[in-house]
Amino acid sequence: MSAPTTEIDCRDLPCPRPIIELAKALPSVAVGDLLAVVARDPAARHDVPAWCRMRGQEYVGEERAADGAPRYVVRRLS
Amino acid sequence: MSSPREVYLDSASSTPLHPAARETLLAAVDRGYGDPRRLHAAGRDARLLLDNARAVVAECLDARPDEVGFTASGTEAVHRGLLGLTTATGRDGIVHGAVEHSSVLHAVAWRSSSAHASVAVDVTGRVDPADLAAAADRPGVGAVALQAANQEVGTLQPVDEVELPAGVPLLVDAAAAVGHVPLPRRWDALTASAHKWGGPAGVGVLVVRRGTRWTNPFPGDDGLDQLGGFPDVPAALAAAAALQAVLAEREEVAVRQFALVDRIRAAAAALPDTEVVGDPVARLPHLVTFSCLYVGGDEIVSALARRGFGVASGSACTASTLEPSHVLAAMGALTHGNVRVSLGRETTADQVEGFCAALTEEVHRIRAEAGL
Repeated sequence: MSAPTTEIDCRDLPCPRPIIELAKALPSVAVGDLLAVVARDPAARHDVPAWCRMRGQEYVGEERAADGAPRYVVRRLS
Repeated sequence: MSSPREVYLDSASSTPLHPAARETLLAAVDRGYGDPRRLHAAGRDARLLLDNARAVVAECLDARPDEVGFTASGTEAVHRGLLGLTTATGRDGIVHGAVEHSSVLHAVAWRSSSAHASVAVDVTGRVDPADLAAAADRPGVGAVALQAANQEVGTLQPVDEVELPAGVPLLVDAAAAVGHVPLPRRWDALTASAHKWGGPAGVGVLVVRRGTRWTNPFPGDDGLDQLGGFPDVPAALAAAAALQAVLAEREEVAVRQFALVDRIRAAAAALPDTEVVGDPVARLPHLVTFSCLYVGGDEIVSALARRGFGVASGSACTASTLEPSHVLAAMGALTHGNVRVSLGRETTADQVEGFCAALTEEVHRIRAEAGL
């Protein structure tokens, strides 16, 4: 997997702010590129894939940031 | 306390007392104080009322009176029912649908077993009966739990299509379904909760079919007559009266509610970036759940409460655990911005129209404030 071009830090943001930030950041990423959101909010694990499904983007998977926080990777498709 | 002007749209959490229950409760409170095991007049009076309650509940649930026991709650009924089945089979493993009520999940966690299995659901929240049967056909499985209908999204489960291996009993948690839809017929134990159908809180029901092996998993004897100690006789009788009354009007109420819920489903589906979850047809008549992108569950519930509508949410921010609903998660549904609406028997079309208008305005306002 190539490195994401953009990462947004939503570690300390409560639900649904990580998803709001994800939606706001999407236009800054070129189609085909990756966008990662780092979020400790437990809802993000379910809501990043659900957002991708609803908004027609690709959910790539979950990783860990250097500090262990969950990092959810999305590919912009449109 | 909810405002007298609030339109209460959370009957799936708890319903107001049905008028029939209220009358019965007030009459029984004065007569039903005695110990039903005693042979004096007060005891015989209480025994008469308790037996009457059991007979009515049995008839309503298509069971025999001696198959019915009253518990302190629907949760206690599930715990005693499920753990009593595994205690009797001597196999601790429990197979269950992934979207069962938390009382089932807690009963499963009570005794560890490598044979426990949670069976996945499809996007509507429905369990595949073949998957459930396959999971049950493994060594160490002592019981299977499958709900009649889901408490959060309303999807009906295909209980009567489940073919379990011989010797593996099925417990059906009917708490969300009783009084709303015809119940499944294929079960060995069934549980329900009176405050969900218009009876008083503090009355759960556990039905164990004759011929089903069930052993009290908690201290006490194995009878269903006095599960968990001294029974609340007046409340049990009021619960029975409510059940009888609710079933008498069920079809008429359900037709009306089904159409009103379709109206809410359409209004929610018309909102941008909003997903209505659960089966649109094979569902409870009075309940609908949807999730709105970019909206906090607590925000939308509070906003609707300010507008005079009382609804529930499965979003994490509204839960004591701060974990999102395991039901929504298992379905792959959006967990934030979640709203569950459940109508009462008297909810009107005007109230539903008012709700739909308030919902649309509040979702747009919250999104605009978030900069979206």
